[in-house]
Amino acid sequence: MSHDWANDVRSEYDVIVIGGGLAGLTCANMLAKGAHSVLLLEQHYNLGGLATWFKRKGHIFDIALHGFPVGMIKTCRKYWTPEIASMIVQLKGIRFDNPQFSFTTSYDRDDFTRILEQRFKIPRENIENFFHAARNMNFYDDESMTTREFFEKFFPGREDVHRLLMEPIAYANGSTLGDPGIGYGIVFSNFMSKGIYTVRGGTDQFIEKMREELLRNSVDIRTRCLVEKIVVKDKQTVGVIANGKTIKSKAVVSNGNLLSTIHKLVGDENFSEGFIEEANKVRLNNSTCQVYIGIKKGEKIDYIGDLLFASEAKKLDPQELRSKNTTSRSFSIYYPQTRPGSDMYSIVASSNANYDDWANLSEEEYRASKEELMQRTLNALEKYIPEIREKVGYLEAATPRTFQRYTLHLNGASFGTKFEGLKVSMGLPKEIAGLFHTGSVGIIMSGWLGAANYGVIVANDVDKFLSAGGVN
Amino acid sequence: MTKEQIRAAVLEIIAQIIPDEDLSNLKGDVPIREQVELDSMDFLDIIMELRKRYGIEVPESEYMQLATLDGSVAYLEPRMRNL
Repeated sequence: MSHDWANDVRSEYDVIVIGGGLAGLTCANMLAKGAHSVLLLEQHYNLGGLATWFKRKGHIFDIALHGFPVGMIKTCRKYWTPEIASMIVQLKGIRFDNPQFSFTTSYDRDDFTRILEQRFKIPRENIENFFHAARNMNFYDDESMTTREFFEKFFPGREDVHRLLMEPIAYANGSTLGDPGIGYGIVFSNFMSKGIYTVRGGTDQFIEKMREELLRNSVDIRTRCLVEKIVVKDKQTVGVIANGKTIKSKAVVSNGNLLSTIHKLVGDENFSEGFIEEANKVRLNNSTCQVYIGIKKGEKIDYIGDLLFASEAKKLDPQELRSKNTTSRSFSIYYPQTRPGSDMYSIVASSNANYDDWANLSEEEYRASKEELMQRTLNALEKYIPEIREKVGYLEAATPRTFQRYTLHLNGASFGTKFEGLKVSMGLPKEIAGLFHTGSVGIIMSGWLGAANYGVIVANDVDKFLSAGGVN
Repeated sequence: MTKEQIRAAVLEIIAQIIPDEDLSNLKGDVPIREQVELDSMDFLDIIMELRKRYGIEVPESEYMQLATLDGSVAYLEPRMRNL
C-alpha cells in the first residue's frame, strides 16, 4: 500500500503554496515569518524545483546552471538565514572558447572593460557608455528596444562583441537578441557588478538548509503531493485538491508554470475572456539538454576553469544555439572543493533546446539521439580534457522530455515564460481573489536570484491581501 | 508619533535592511538611492516593514513619495500621527 503524503494535513491554512521551486520556497518562508499558516505542496520528492540534484555512483550532480549574481547573498541573508548566505562563493574562472574569441575572465565590469578595450579594440568611452546605459535601465522603462538594438547602439556591426555579451545570458535564462533590452540590461548589470557566484556545498545542502528554516518557521511541507486543482468559487480561491483531498485556504500561490496554472489547475472557465486572450499570447521559454559526466573515483582532472562557454559555431546564431546538433554549450566543472569533504570530480554540460525537436521521437530514435548527444558532448570536451573518455565513470543525459517529466512544466520549459508572462502572472489576483503566481516569468524574474526575489514580491502581495481580511 | 520620531523610525528600518551602510550623513532632500546602496528589493523591504510594524499600507502608485527621507516623513506623518 502506498503512503499518502497528504495524510494528516490540516483542513485549512491561510496560504497554500503549490510547488517548491526557489520562488515558492522563498514566498512560503516570508509568509510563515509573517505569522501566516502555510502549507507547501510539492509533487516531486525533493524541494528546489529546477534548483535540484541527483545522486549516482558517489556523484551528486547539480541540475540548474550554477551561476547567479552577487545579489543572491543579500537575498539569502534578508529572506533566509545568514548561514545560507554564507554558502555563496564566487566562481573565478569563467572561460570563453569559440571561433571568434577565446579567453578566461572573472566576468565583472573591470575585467570586461579591459577585455573590450584591449582585445576587441573598443574605445573606452563606448564601453563606459554601454555599462552606464545598462546599469540605469529599470523596470518601468520602455520595452520596445530589443537587446540587438541595444547592442547596435554601442557596438554597431560588432557580432563578436554581441556574442560575448549575449551567449552567457542566453544560457542563464534562455533570452535572445529579440527580447527587450531592459531585461537584458538589468540582468547583465547584476552579473557585472561583482561576477558570477555559486553555492559551496552544492544544491542539495543549500535546499536542505532552506527546508530546515521552513520547518523552524512552522511551514507544513508535503512532498510527493500532486495538486490536481485549485478550487475557485465566485471569483475567489477557496483551496486546492491534492492527492484527491480538498484542503481549504484563504490564498493560493502557484509556483507551477504560469500557463499550466491558468489552463490546468484553475481552468479557463474561471477567467474573463480578455485575460485568457492575454494568457494565450504568453510564449514559453525554451527547454534544456544536459549531459552529466562523472569522473571515476580516484581519477583527477586538471583545472580548466569553473564555467566554460564553448561553441564551434562561427558566430552567435539563435537557431544553432537551440538546435538538436548544437555545438554551443556551457560546461560547469565541479572540483572536489565545490563540495568540501568530497573527492569526486564531475562535469555538467548544458545547452538550450527546443521541446519539439525531442517530443515526437520514437523510443528508439529518442535513445539514439540521447546517445549522440552524450558522444558529441564528450568529443567537445576532449579539446579541454584530452583523456576524458578514459576517466568517465558515469554518463547520463537529460532532454526536454526529462525536464517535463520531473518538473511538469509545459514543454519542459526550463526558464518559465517570456517577459509578457509577468503581466499575466501579476494580473491573476485581479481576476480571482486570493490567487497568486510566482516563478520564472521574463528574465528579470528568472534564474535563482530572480525567482527568489519574485517570491518575496508575491509574498508581500499575499500578506497585503490576508491583512485586509482576504479581499483585494 | 512626532515628525522626528517618524524620521527615526524610517531610519531604523533602513538600517536593519542595509546594515553595512553608514546612514549618519543621509540628506533629507536627496533620493535615498542616490546616497546609499539601496536596490529595488531593499525598497520593497521598507514597504513591508512599514506594514508589519505600523500597519501602514503604501500602494505601489505612491512608492515614489518615499524616495527621499523628507518625502517619507511628509507622507507618513498623517498616517502615523496617532500611533
